[in-house]
Amino acid sequence: MQAISVENLVKRYAHTLAVDDISFTLAPGKILGLLGGNGAGKTTTISLLLGLLTPTSGRINVLGHDMARDRFPALARMNFSSPYIALPARLTVLENLQVYGHLYNVPAQKTRIAELAEQFNLTSLLNRAAGELSAGQKTRVALAKSLINKPDLLLLDEPTASLDPDTGDYVRTVLEDYRRDTGAAILLASHNMAEVERLCDEVLMMKTGKIVDRGAPEELITRYGREDMEQVFLHIARSEAINGRSEAI
Amino acid sequence: MNRRIWGLIYRHACMYRRSWPRLVEISYWPTLNMLIWGFTSSYIAHAHAGPRALAAGALIGGVLLWEITLRSQMGVTIGFLEEIWSRNLGHLFVSPLRPAELIAALLAVSAIRTLVGLFPATIIAYLLYRYDVFAPGPVMLLFFANLLIMGWWMALGIVSLLFRYGAGAEALAWTLAFGVTPLACVYYPITALPVWLQPLAQALPAEYIFEGMRGALANLPPQWGQLGLATILNLGWMLAATAVFAGEFRRARIRGALISIGE
Repeated sequence: MQAISVENLVKRYAHTLAVDDISFTLAPGKILGLLGGNGAGKTTTISLLLGLLTPTSGRINVLGHDMARDRFPALARMNFSSPYIALPARLTVLENLQVYGHLYNVPAQKTRIAELAEQFNLTSLLNRAAGELSAGQKTRVALAKSLINKPDLLLLDEPTASLDPDTGDYVRTVLEDYRRDTGAAILLASHNMAEVERLCDEVLMMKTGKIVDRGAPEELITRYGREDMEQVFLHIARSEAINGRSEAI
Repeated sequence: MNRRIWGLIYRHACMYRRSWPRLVEISYWPTLNMLIWGFTSSYIAHAHAGPRALAAGALIGGVLLWEITLRSQMGVTIGFLEEIWSRNLGHLFVSPLRPAELIAALLAVSAIRTLVGLFPATIIAYLLYRYDVFAPGPVMLLFFANLLIMGWWMALGIVSLLFRYGAGAEALAWTLAFGVTPLACVYYPITALPVWLQPLAQALPAEYIFEGMRGALANLPPQWGQLGLATILNLGWMLAATAVFAGEFRRARIRGALISIGE
């Protein structure tokens, strides 16, 4: 069973085709990168996977559940983190984690929170209000929240966007360890190409709602004859997509 | 209790525990209203004996009971707005929290807020004006429950508008129930309204509840028929508001409004 199976997914707003007939799968234990410029359709795709949006057409199956009819059992086994969504600022870090522990029905919640606090170096911050934390600290709290239910599928939108290089590296190590230890699948939207090269088994390149190319990072680097994913990204972003492959303008 | 519902109640309890301005806000208006209308009623009662003294009692009772509806409506809508203000809705809607559980938690928070908010006003009414809201007996609990529910269905309507129009509809959270007040017949019988407005008032549970309250103050036997009618109307409005909420939530997922609701 795939962690994610998407077939012919389309999301159309009144005047915009935000996601244009995309299909892909994500196997358990794998990390899939979702790349593309602003407006490429990454956030819309993630929102569709999370059930925040209803597709215009197509099918989304997450952890064996059809998201159109049966999304709550899937949501209980997945989680999400984005620096663009906040946690209640007045609540302490501990209270925030407790709230989400309840929402995800986490067993032995106290122990789980202690584990996460240690893992993300939050122990000294547990009694601080979330609103008083630095951007990097908030990101670590959000990531701790996203692992509170030991998800089988983790969706991450720019997980290290506001972190200094040292903390960013630490978070990437935590994600690698989490994937290795639990066999969880991770979908990662990122603009950090070094991060993508390090973490992702496969990458989907999106542009104007379509998947214009896909493959392992090293495969894409070889195919496009570039030095790294940064160069591949720039090439695709500045090219026109034709038949699922991109050609330079 | 369902753990997800408890989780959301706990979230609000933590917030209130750490924010004294929010705690003050809960009871500020009911207390202020009670002081203003209480002194006004005392003046009327002292100046005029007989029926006007009774009207003064009805005024205090009306202020106190109508605050139940106002507070319960605000309890739900402010609870929902708190999630918008803190940009937390995205996390909630991608958690396994069902929309029905979100509503249940907001209703519970609203009930607690209402009880806490009205406590000082009830004490003031008793100590300063010798008005005992519980004097008519257990029938008052049915009045309370009906007024609480009336605030809830109005709030669900407002939350539905927030789904549709985003935070731009926020002003309705503060004003809608006040706009209904003239039709609720809180301080006067329905016959005081123009004939063409009376059908609108009759469609609201409040008219029957406040008529019953005035009867109870005049030591008339409880008007069970009117109370039953208020309850049926409340259930009908609640079902309608729930259907509107479900429809707007579904449409919000189609339009992408759950992501941009704070804008």
